[in-house]
Amino acid sequence: MKINQYIDLFVEESREHLQELNTSLLTLEKDPDNNSVLNEIFRVAHTIKGMAGTMGFNLMATLTHHMEDVLEGLRKGQLKVTTELVDVLFQCLDALEVYVENVVQTSREGDKEYKGIIEFLVKISTTNKSAQSSGKFKKIATQKKNEAGVDYGLKYNIYDKNIIETAFQESLNVYEIYIELDKRCLLKAARAFIIFQVLEKHSEIMKSFPTVEDIEDEKFDFYFTVMIITKESEEFFIKELNAVSEVRDVQVKPITQKIINNMALSTDDDCEQKKKNDLKQRDDKEQKASASDKKRLSSKTVRVDIDRLDVLMNLVSELIIIKTRLDDISTENRNKDYDQTVESLERVTTSMHDAVMKVRMVPVESVFNRFPRMVRDISKELDKKIVLNMSGEDTELDRSVIDEIGDPLIHIIRNSGDHGIETPEERILKGKDSVGNIWLRAFHDGNNVVIEVEDDGKGINIEEVRKKILANGLESEESINGLSDEEIIQYLFQPSFSTSDEVTDISGRGVGLDVVKTKIETLGGNVELVSNYEKGSKTIVRIPLTLAIIQALLVMVGDEKYAIPLGSINEIYNINPKDIQFVRNQEVTLLRDMVIPIIRLHNVLDIEAEENLDNKPLTCVVVKKGDKFSGLIVDSLIGQQEIVIKSLGKLLSSIRFIAGATILGDGNVALILDINSIV
Amino acid sequence: MGTEKKQYVIFQIGNDEYGADINKVTIIERILNITRVPKTPPYIKGVINLRGEIIPVMELRTRLDMPEIQDDDDTRIIIVDVNKISYGIKVDSVSEVFEIDEAEVESTSGIINDISMDYVSGVAKHGSNLITILNIEKLVSELLIT
Repeated sequence: MKINQYIDLFVEESREHLQELNTSLLTLEKDPDNNSVLNEIFRVAHTIKGMAGTMGFNLMATLTHHMEDVLEGLRKGQLKVTTELVDVLFQCLDALEVYVENVVQTSREGDKEYKGIIEFLVKISTTNKSAQSSGKFKKIATQKKNEAGVDYGLKYNIYDKNIIETAFQESLNVYEIYIELDKRCLLKAARAFIIFQVLEKHSEIMKSFPTVEDIEDEKFDFYFTVMIITKESEEFFIKELNAVSEVRDVQVKPITQKIINNMALSTDDDCEQKKKNDLKQRDDKEQKASASDKKRLSSKTVRVDIDRLDVLMNLVSELIIIKTRLDDISTENRNKDYDQTVESLERVTTSMHDAVMKVRMVPVESVFNRFPRMVRDISKELDKKIVLNMSGEDTELDRSVIDEIGDPLIHIIRNSGDHGIETPEERILKGKDSVGNIWLRAFHDGNNVVIEVEDDGKGINIEEVRKKILANGLESEESINGLSDEEIIQYLFQPSFSTSDEVTDISGRGVGLDVVKTKIETLGGNVELVSNYEKGSKTIVRIPLTLAIIQALLVMVGDEKYAIPLGSINEIYNINPKDIQFVRNQEVTLLRDMVIPIIRLHNVLDIEAEENLDNKPLTCVVVKKGDKFSGLIVDSLIGQQEIVIKSLGKLLSSIRFIAGATILGDGNVALILDINSIV
Repeated sequence: MGTEKKQYVIFQIGNDEYGADINKVTIIERILNITRVPKTPPYIKGVINLRGEIIPVMELRTRLDMPEIQDDDDTRIIIVDVNKISYGIKVDSVSEVFEIDEAEVESTSGIINDISMDYVSGVAKHGSNLITILNIEKLVSELLIT
């Protein structure tokens, strides 16, 4: 058997477990007496140890083994949860993450041993060695009890009783067999399947607990019980089953007439149900024969490579383009039937698009869940008290966005922790609670997903920023006075502009916000920063829900077609050339008492404009970016259309003003305008 | 010792013949509608839709400092693939695929000193004509920097 084929599985599962470990450790730190969390941590550590051991990753197994020792001490109440201890456990987590990353890259765990961590763990755990052994003894004692116990969880009804009695009449043996698998067993369901095969060879399996379906779906702990009817003896089964590897314990209990008579019959499931189960079991048997190794995957969810979804998405995009094309076919070739067909095709493609998009959606939780740990580390490092409040973790975003959004958010949260939240002493002096808050919220807003990071720290000192701008010579003494607070804040998004006087590990290097801005803008979104001096600041990130297919308005500029995303269009109106005025060399107009700048797309896109001799009214598309409006002058409107966004490719991706391209119904390419960079 | 033979796609710009390594060429297309992309260098003619994929097209005439001419029935777009990215190169016409002995390709380093011509990898004889062999990778990598 090749180990390689399991590496993906190992990595995937380890990552999940490590994430669980992370969350549990955070909970434990807050609530040291929470026993169920402790058990959870122990379970995770144990599982990782088992998996690592099976895969031959011995360093990982050793580390988790020592972790287990300490955790065991905690469970027994011999150790107290201290900050120091949690810190070490976090270090273990980091070390394990490093191991897993090594496995991802090289298929090996690497050779770093983390001796320091292990030594520390040993030191903690040896202080209560005696306690541990007594704990083990207790465990054995409970097991003994189990052996003597009568109830394996199987319940019998009248139908079963009849069968058992018939079996007795034919002088067959009826046994209840309790099977416990080795805790290291990775593929429990597959192992159980082998056991079932062995049993079926020599007996008739009448009942099992948990049910066969649950066992197939791995919905069982490491043990299960079956009731069988057989000619063979008790010893025979003990021998046969112990021969199967990874079986830890087998106990066979014969069922006698006496037991049957005393048996409390379960009434809830009737004979019908039983028959059904019988049929089901028979079906299962057939299936087992053909697809034994698929069994492990027979759960309700399927892991799919994102590339395959991309292929599917592309195909749906093609379909939508073809649909648009059918729509465009000239009216003379059309009749009622044709129209109806196109209409139903449209309905199908729209739902198909929705369905595929939904499949690609992932809750932002997968990004958010790394932040509690991060905030914890930041507050430790900076000696500040910070609480992270998260909401809307279940808000869903396209997978491709999720992968990209993590880094910008890290920057923003670090900024809040470092520049925003003050030290406890400062906060008390200012009359604030000594504990600072960071709120991380995600929610839907129309066609966008909004992620806000807000803190109740010191906010942005506008005067300070003004000084910095002057010091860096970015504006002159006179011009800076004309700038509003919002315009000043915009400078924070400039490359290498930092207001922090000292550079810390966390931030202050001035590579933060401009990177955030660029990244978010490549995702088609925008960032806004709102600050309230001494009260706190808020960073608002807006990202479009879907990236691949959008509604757009097609316009003509000269003889070229361009698409403007409908999401950024506010309104369209005809403007009289006389109403355009000049303010500081910029054309502006009045739109309901609001002065908006006029942008002639001809100039932006290097297209020669026809001279407007008779002062015809111009078509003006009013677009918004954040809460700023601008009027784009175009030659004419073609109409609204569902368009599929295609990348212009590496070569042209950095071209200004163009966000991408789309294929029109006639097969020609139209460019999509990047409103954010134009206005 | 047998010398290595390579196949080249032979195409024309004006009266000159050029060759491109056939391994880099994916397909040769008749002229398609090209959409101009603003703010690009003049030799980027625009983008085309090649079966759902958006591909940039270079006007080789402009790149070689020759005046543009009207597209006609002979105009072709050679689609090349460099590092898994497709590019289109617009040429006057494509005539044939021709096998050239590696040994017969003469280096041009002694003849042409102009650095801007370093996308020319050599010249070879083709009947009575000379073929300029283009280094496709160099040609498109220049595009990436701009």
